[in-house]
Amino acid sequence: MTQYAHAEHKNSAGSCHETGVQDVIPIIDDIIGRYRGTRGALIPVLQSAQNLLGYLPKEVLIHISDQLDIPYSEVAGVVTFYSFFTTVPRGKHTVRVCLGTACYVRGGKEVLDAISKELRIEVEQTTEDRLFSLEIGRCFGACGLAPVVMIDETVFQRVKPSRIRALLDPYRIGPDQEADHETN
Amino acid sequence: MCKITINGNPLSVQDNATILEAAAMANMRIPTLCYLEGLQPMGACRVCIVEVEGSATLPASCSTPVREGMVIHTNSKRVREARKTVVELLLSEHEGDCRLCERSEDCELRKLADELGIRKNRYEGEKPSSATDTSSVALVRDNAKCIKCRRCVQVCAQIQHVGVLAPQFRGYRTTIGPAFSDPLSSVACVQCGQCAAVCPVGAIVEHSHIDEVLSALENPHKHVVVQTAPAIRAALGECFGLAPGTLVTGKMTTALKLLGFDAVFDTDFAADLTIMEEGTELLTRLMAAHQTGDRSKLPQFTSCSPGWINYAEHYFPDTLDKISTCKSPQQMFGALAKTYYAQKVGIDPAKMVVVSIMPCTAKKYEAARPEMRSSGFQDVDYVLTTRELGDLIKMSGIDFTALEDSPMDAPLGISTGAADIFANTGGVMEAALRTVHAVTTGRPIGMEDLHIAVLAGLEGIKTASVTLSGTIGVWKFLEGKEVKVAVAHGLGNAAALIGHIRDNPDEFQFVEIMTCPGGCIGGGGQPRFTTDEVRRARIAAIYREDEGKQLRQSHENPAVQQLYAEFLGSPLGEKSHHLLHTTYEQHERVKSH
Ligand code: SF4
Ligand code: SF4
Ligand code: SF4
Ligand code: FES
Repeated sequence: MTQYAHAEHKNSAGSCHETGVQDVIPIIDDIIGRYRGTRGALIPVLQSAQNLLGYLPKEVLIHISDQLDIPYSEVAGVVTFYSFFTTVPRGKHTVRVCLGTACYVRGGKEVLDAISKELRIEVEQTTEDRLFSLEIGRCFGACGLAPVVMIDETVFQRVKPSRIRALLDPYRIGPDQEADHETN
Repeated sequence: MCKITINGNPLSVQDNATILEAAAMANMRIPTLCYLEGLQPMGACRVCIVEVEGSATLPASCSTPVREGMVIHTNSKRVREARKTVVELLLSEHEGDCRLCERSEDCELRKLADELGIRKNRYEGEKPSSATDTSSVALVRDNAKCIKCRRCVQVCAQIQHVGVLAPQFRGYRTTIGPAFSDPLSSVACVQCGQCAAVCPVGAIVEHSHIDEVLSALENPHKHVVVQTAPAIRAALGECFGLAPGTLVTGKMTTALKLLGFDAVFDTDFAADLTIMEEGTELLTRLMAAHQTGDRSKLPQFTSCSPGWINYAEHYFPDTLDKISTCKSPQQMFGALAKTYYAQKVGIDPAKMVVVSIMPCTAKKYEAARPEMRSSGFQDVDYVLTTRELGDLIKMSGIDFTALEDSPMDAPLGISTGAADIFANTGGVMEAALRTVHAVTTGRPIGMEDLHIAVLAGLEGIKTASVTLSGTIGVWKFLEGKEVKVAVAHGLGNAAALIGHIRDNPDEFQFVEIMTCPGGCIGGGGQPRFTTDEVRRARIAAIYREDEGKQLRQSHENPAVQQLYAEFLGSPLGEKSHHLLHTTYEQHERVKSH
């Protein structure tokens, strides 16, 4: 069942910012339909919805709560329990700064502050141009080369607060180039 | 049966009993905090741990069943120490000052700490910052005092089928509350206050109106009248240490006079009036259905429980057409106090303040509804719960138990026994059937003591039927007809009954819904703690009050008859329509931002 959610993710990954809430409601209903009557439908349905939209807007959660007949408070309880779920729109790129013990003692906090200053957002926020979201991570398993920052799926090691701009700039290329890149 | 030993005493108990239940049978009390009678134990707080010989851990007695040959210690040194640690840890994450807390008198955490002899705390926990949610008209929540026992979550979801409270976030950031810890007013809470009734600490309390009432009483330019709901008289005594089910009608009246109210009236008066209006409405709907075959307004649902009205507006909009348009007795009273009574005594309604004493927190919300201003003013200004009245009496230095009885004032203090039983599940129905029978046949209902016994008691859904014979006048179309009625209390039961009615739309003619388990006597504003035993004691008291009255059928109330003759005209008449009836509308479940 989770596999299905992953498939959805791949199909829609490219278009996640443009997809509107109203467009996905029928798709979500379709997914709910497949889970109806089975226990434990909530988490896979939430995963699919987040994969479609990049985040979980409240109106979608209310819709899911109504359709699955699970109180909205419980749906929110699940969404706030798992850090995987988010109710704020995501940026195109997710910047995760590790604050595990090793990274912390080797300046992870300073790196985080520098990124936060550079992007002008706090943790769990998204830049106005929807390019970056900032998050805290708990150990990416690269402690030997701490402090570590992960941008999307790429791990950067021994990051220095002074080199933050250089780190982020490659992700700031214009949308046209990127579109070209993707179609190739 | 299972043979076990508790604290050295051999005992034979039922196979599926829990250790907690077994200990209770042996008259041994194990302290509990998250446990709630009648619900699946959660095992969340671990206050109820016991020692079982041969077991490495200390199991929670509320959720551990007995096994053959179990040797249990409920009060060994090991248990006492572990229990103390559990409570110390709870206290370490609890932010509150007992001296300033609403619950200082009956707080279960404070009592527990006291019982366990905790005099200092060895643990320093992360104290939650006080985040008081005052958004709801009826309730105030303070998460800093919340010990996350989840009783409120269970009651709201399982008893009331509302489910607006749930744990949010994770780990030390966990809070109990509405989705995303949003304000309570942003979700479809029905304001029943059952969460406040079960909360062991001061984390959920009613939105107090005591200060407003005190300043009204002190204002010489205000004429302040008070109405008391029928359920108060069977419970108020508990605030002063009297046994549940002690009737204190007379003492309560004296206390209210001493507090300085200009007139002490009875919501019972308005309950009798409700029966006149609602009974007539039912008969009118039955006649219309007989003539046109259109049953869309049947079964008629009662409308006196404001939590139920909120529930229907949020969750069952398809029942709204079937709900009686009668305002609740509280609101009928308010509308008449500021019109009929004001004219009678020659007082400017602008200078009148109507206070009600209610067993209910949803009544605070109801009084504030914009529709409830048909006198031209807010019909009911302030609502105090039974608990708040208890506090007010104590605050004023009145020695309640020593008071003499006194009678309520005329005319809005005159009532029949039928009005008293509005306080308990099945009571509104019984009162209505007494009058419907008398009106359609000219004879009182032929049941022992006028009671419809199957409608009393604490079963969640109850049904009864009355066959009408010897009908008179325009009611002859009902000759030989069976009037089938159903009663549900607790909104979970209401939801189940509504589901049944959707599938069987023609089965019942009249349905009574009360929001709280047991009815108003078990309301969210009643003295804590309300168990089934307490509910039964209060219900028995209410029936005694009914049987003690000379007049026991609403249509016999002379003050109500006079009201129709002097002011209203007839039931469902023009004036009634304006002052005593209302409308309902669908509300969204979650307010969109
Ligand atoms: S909730 Fe109980 S322990 Fe906490 S401050 Fe109030 S009385 Fe004291
Ligand atoms: S007042 Fe009733 S509906 Fe509202 S949160 Fe409490 S239990 Fe739930
Ligand atoms: S609010 Fe009260 S009942 Fe609810 S979890 Fe907190 S302490 Fe328990
Ligand atoms: S009462 Fe048993 S675990 Fe809370």
